[in-house]
Amino acid sequence: MDQAKIKELKKISLDIKLGAVEAVYSASSGHPGGSLSISDILAYLYFVEMNVDPKNPQWVDRDRFVLSKGHCTPGLYAVLALKGYFPREDIKTFRQIDSYLQGHPEMKHTPGVDMTTGSLGLGISAACGMAKAAKYCGKDFRVYAMLGDGELGEGQCWEAALFAAHFELDNLCAFVDYNGLQIDGTTEEVMNTACIADKFRAFNWNVIEIDGHDFCAIEAAVKLAKQTKGKPTMIVAKTTKGKGVSYMENSADWHGKAPNADEYAQAVKELEAAKAELDN
Amino acid sequence: MADIKKIATRDAYGSALAALGEKYENFVVLDADLASATKTGTFKKKFPSRHFDCGIQEGNMMLVAAGIAATGLLVPFASTFAIFAAGRAYEQIRNGIGYPHLNVKIAATHAGISVGEDGATHQCSEDIGTMRTIPGMTIISPSDAVETAAAVEAALNYVGPVYIRLGRLAVPVINDADSYKFELGKGVVFADGSDAAIFATGMMVDSALQARELLKAEGIDAAVINIHTIKPLDEELVVKYAVKTGAIVTAEEHQIIGGLGAAICETLSENHPCPVKRVGMKDKFGKSGKPAALLEEYGLTPADIAANVRAAIAMKHK
Repeated sequence: MDQAKIKELKKISLDIKLGAVEAVYSASSGHPGGSLSISDILAYLYFVEMNVDPKNPQWVDRDRFVLSKGHCTPGLYAVLALKGYFPREDIKTFRQIDSYLQGHPEMKHTPGVDMTTGSLGLGISAACGMAKAAKYCGKDFRVYAMLGDGELGEGQCWEAALFAAHFELDNLCAFVDYNGLQIDGTTEEVMNTACIADKFRAFNWNVIEIDGHDFCAIEAAVKLAKQTKGKPTMIVAKTTKGKGVSYMENSADWHGKAPNADEYAQAVKELEAAKAELDN
Repeated sequence: MADIKKIATRDAYGSALAALGEKYENFVVLDADLASATKTGTFKKKFPSRHFDCGIQEGNMMLVAAGIAATGLLVPFASTFAIFAAGRAYEQIRNGIGYPHLNVKIAATHAGISVGEDGATHQCSEDIGTMRTIPGMTIISPSDAVETAAAVEAALNYVGPVYIRLGRLAVPVINDADSYKFELGKGVVFADGSDAAIFATGMMVDSALQARELLKAEGIDAAVINIHTIKPLDEELVVKYAVKTGAIVTAEEHQIIGGLGAAICETLSENHPCPVKRVGMKDKFGKSGKPAALLEEYGLTPADIAANVRAAIAMKHK
């Protein structure tokens, strides 16, 4: 990946972050921390990798993305708006009555949302179903899924892990947003999911460990996943919760909290400054 | 008396899938290591590549089915025992299938106490209740093998989530295979009557017909109505027979809380209040035993239905 592309993706990622923070601020509700930690991966998937058509969101041969950690809708809606699935200004309606932008992803009313999720552990299973259907029907679309590290406490994730390996779903590429924090504290304190990579290797997945904020690493991992035959891929992406907003970084407190007006202004200032710096 | 042909509705389900497999190429079948018991094995034998065994993981299976349906490419039938579908995987069905209204068919066998020897853990008598609370869920509870075959095809042709309730025990075939037509959401009047109406579902329809004969000997004329679609309920027919007879009895192999009896009481209390007696499990768990002995112990026999008809008629004269 050349420097110009990296710069472009960094800008998109910052725009996702701005959209995510605006959504949460407008709603006075939502989950900023985990939305910011996955912004770089979302930027890469939607603006480089995934074969999708925002003008035809139901296109049957499209690649799919399942946000298994469904509470991170602010990030998902921001990237979908940037991609052109719906107007950017609608982000302001997030979580409001009459909005199609529900608190958690809802596939029937939101263009670009491929699966209804939000109850943790369910999305990765649905991604398995999509990948299995693609294989059965001889379709070559790929299925991407995003899991939280806290989400791995759900037993269903491990049912899905068995299933995907058993059926050799090499058209499935999942990520763990390994930011080390969940609602009640660090994953280490609350329910230790450490050695995530080893766990998925033991489940017979192709496992790649990366810095989830390094676009070159994300690209290399996704390419490697596509080349891997006979196994699903898990990209364990080390990330920073709240990435890009200083006071949200590495704070479990910002898992599901909305900023006040001053905090919102501060977040926008920091993110806009980062964008301006890219052009210097 | 000639031998009555008996077939379990789970057997009819497996046979129906195998027969429909040729006519329809758009469906696949999922199971959770129970193919020999749910009878999806019958389909698997004929269409091995269209049968996905998910192993013992019902929660995952429901969302795999949801993901398959979400692609718009295929219709999945997800099969397991009722307790593991409507019980263990309730939340998966509610959030992953019901909320997005996905085109998934859930076939739940081993419903009710007639499971027998396996005992309370496997005798699901709460599934109509849990599934009925999910907005937009269709619930079908066929009375025999003929109706099961027709219901499976109807479910396949309907777009949206369907829960099909099936039994383990071989039960009499009471519908005529040549003339039977299944209409989703419509009750079937098996026998007309003027003194009382028995609304029954599943294997209890046959018991209700037997109860009708017992009552006939006493000069009581009871209608028997088969409610194969519990949701959406044929409210028009329920009210019609409440108006006509003024005494209603419901019969189901399920808890009286949350099931067919509850659904009918809800409809009647809002539209035409009248005496209702409910035959079913009375807030109790089952236990191991032979199906016939269990049905007797828990008050689910034709004699029990007849006694409840007499009681309902007595209430209307109060």
